[in-house]
Amino acid sequence: MTSPRVLVAMSGGVDSSVAAALLVDAGHEVLGVTLKLWGGESDSGCCSVSDVEDARRVAAQLDIPHYVFDYSVAFDEHVVDPYVDAYSSGSTPNPCVECNRHIKFGLLLDRADALGCDSLATGHHARRVRDERGRAQLQRAVDSAKDQSYVLAMLTGPQLERLQFPVGELTKSDVRAYAARLGLRTATKPDSQDVCFITRGGREQFLDARVPARAGEIHDTSGRVVGSHDGIARFTIGQRRGLGIAAGERRFVVDIDAPSATVTIGRPPDLLRDGLLVTSCTFVHDPPARGAEVLVQVRAHGQVTPGRYTAGSAGGEIVFTEPQPRVAPGQLIAFYDGPTVVGSAVAAA
Amino acid sequence: MEPAPPTAYLDHAATTPVRPEALAAMLPFFAETFGNPSGGHAVARAAKTALESARESVAADLGAEPGEVVFTAGGTEADNLAVEGAARAARERGQGDGVVVAAFEHKAVLAAADRLGREGFRIVVAPVTAGGIVDLDALAALVDEHTVVVSVMLVNNEVGTIQPLADVVRIVRARSPHAVVHTDAVQAAAWVDVAVLAADVDLISVSAHKLGGPKGTGALVVRGDVGLVPLIEGGGQERGLRSGTSNVAGAVGLAAALRATVATRSETVAHVAELRDRLVAGLETIPGLWCNGDSDAKIAGNVHVGIPGIEAEALLVLLDREGVCAAAGSSCSSGATEPSHVLAAMGLDRADALASIRLSLGFASSPADVDRVLDVLPTAVAQLRGAVGVSR
Repeated sequence: MTSPRVLVAMSGGVDSSVAAALLVDAGHEVLGVTLKLWGGESDSGCCSVSDVEDARRVAAQLDIPHYVFDYSVAFDEHVVDPYVDAYSSGSTPNPCVECNRHIKFGLLLDRADALGCDSLATGHHARRVRDERGRAQLQRAVDSAKDQSYVLAMLTGPQLERLQFPVGELTKSDVRAYAARLGLRTATKPDSQDVCFITRGGREQFLDARVPARAGEIHDTSGRVVGSHDGIARFTIGQRRGLGIAAGERRFVVDIDAPSATVTIGRPPDLLRDGLLVTSCTFVHDPPARGAEVLVQVRAHGQVTPGRYTAGSAGGEIVFTEPQPRVAPGQLIAFYDGPTVVGSAVAAA
Repeated sequence: MEPAPPTAYLDHAATTPVRPEALAAMLPFFAETFGNPSGGHAVARAAKTALESARESVAADLGAEPGEVVFTAGGTEADNLAVEGAARAARERGQGDGVVVAAFEHKAVLAAADRLGREGFRIVVAPVTAGGIVDLDALAALVDEHTVVVSVMLVNNEVGTIQPLADVVRIVRARSPHAVVHTDAVQAAAWVDVAVLAADVDLISVSAHKLGGPKGTGALVVRGDVGLVPLIEGGGQERGLRSGTSNVAGAVGLAAALRATVATRSETVAHVAELRDRLVAGLETIPGLWCNGDSDAKIAGNVHVGIPGIEAEALLVLLDREGVCAAAGSSCSSGATEPSHVLAAMGLDRADALASIRLSLGFASSPADVDRVLDVLPTAVAQLRGAVGVSR
């Protein structure tokens, strides 16, 4: 009898190393794969040669085959180019979400299927569970501090049927202890922090090299010119640092108008909104009933906020129970019912 | 665990097993005869004797004089030394600054040319035909009196095509008084008589591990008065062109492997060509399959096919699972399969290049290897073609 075949996406980090180890221990036939995503100059991210070597070494320690798949062209098309476009149009992209959407759970999941694998596993901290009707559901990780269900909220039921997140059942310290017990070389490797394709020069340098920055004015909420800037790409809604404005009290970016390259700053109350317009909705199973209460999370490690779902299946408005700071357009919005992901959307302009 | 499937190794262009003759020849030089050939005592002399005997043997098999053979740590170093060393030496003499390389050269040549470009040399890339042969008319138009180095490989590493080197030499000699001609013969020596096909070439690179010798050893033939600026300096070994304590065992292994290759080449070529023909005929039953590289100009060991609707990256995983070792594109240091610059130079579009794989046979290939591929590959292709995306 052949055991189920699982393709494991191994980034070279400790979480995906342990994901592979757990699946091997569970008796699965496991194939490890590392994705080459970025052909650029960054050597800090998930696709650098040293990370590939770490993944390959762990695979050898686990006695499983390991391959490298080159998705760098698709990564440019679906992640890097939209990232640059978003910043230059005044919105705030989430490249890790787009990589998950198009690369890991798009092209790679298709590839797993083509290779005859029963499922694809990653090292994300999230739980894939079955509800009382036997359907696959996505829930928050056991380790709430490391929970990554937000960046997976775009997954659908049919995708979740074919996915596994083994380390979502463990705390991070358990993950590291497991790796150390097996003697995996990634046991003490630091967590990755930044967007993998952003070089040491940071986001601004990366964007400056790709889009001509257009200088513009900084206004206050009454429309008065209070300063100038070198380009809107360095601003995000809600940003406080780096405004270059000496004001008596703290100011935040409250609006970015791309056509006129105008950045508007204001005080915290100027950021508050009663609701949120969303587009590009996805649902794990069924959309919430119109007017149903949902928990809304607007950033990777943010708090959840209760709101009413008044949008249709494609898009519409979420009405918050209490006014909330404005969400930067382009950000992923995750909807939860308790610990369970209901679906996702993208914040509209 | 299930027993591993029998391995069919069809990646001889990547590397070969060490021939028993080469292994046996090398073994005494690790412990018994361990001397440093640069020394003056008996232990050193024994090593020096072996090194020089290896040099004579390699020279004879490549049609060179012993004094023209420089041992290197592999084909890449030989290519780098030839291209960079000859260009820099010519510039020091004020002879010119033009470097011409064929578009489908190995990266050991292309990267060396890039380096020279950053140093101010004029780098010109000669196109190749759709069949994988250097375009001689275009080459002629690119060589001028300022050209100092022309590098055209003898056999292409991906598609296995043999290049008309005698014509290249004739074209270069007619147009440039100072240009030296280099050939990367790393993929050639196992299959063709380098002494004949590269008879008038100034610089010839070979590598041991492509023909049954050890990894990490190669040689550069440097004819007569061709000047080179060394890449590695120190104790002045190898006529000052390659300092560093000599790799005696490696040189002996190269010599023994090359001698065994030359001695058995005509039988090997006949045997492998028969296997190759049966493999190609079997693969041609796959609908739409095409062959890359002019089949009339190929070495016996090369099969390079494109399969419509297939991603080579996925096909190689399925082949590996069934014990078939093959390759696609050229491997980069991360292990990813990069889109082949060779196929791009031949005019294949990206999708066709990424749908192509190389099955390379060698002296160690057997009929069972061909049987295994023909058993496994069509099934794997059918599986990939039948797969429907599930992610959306």
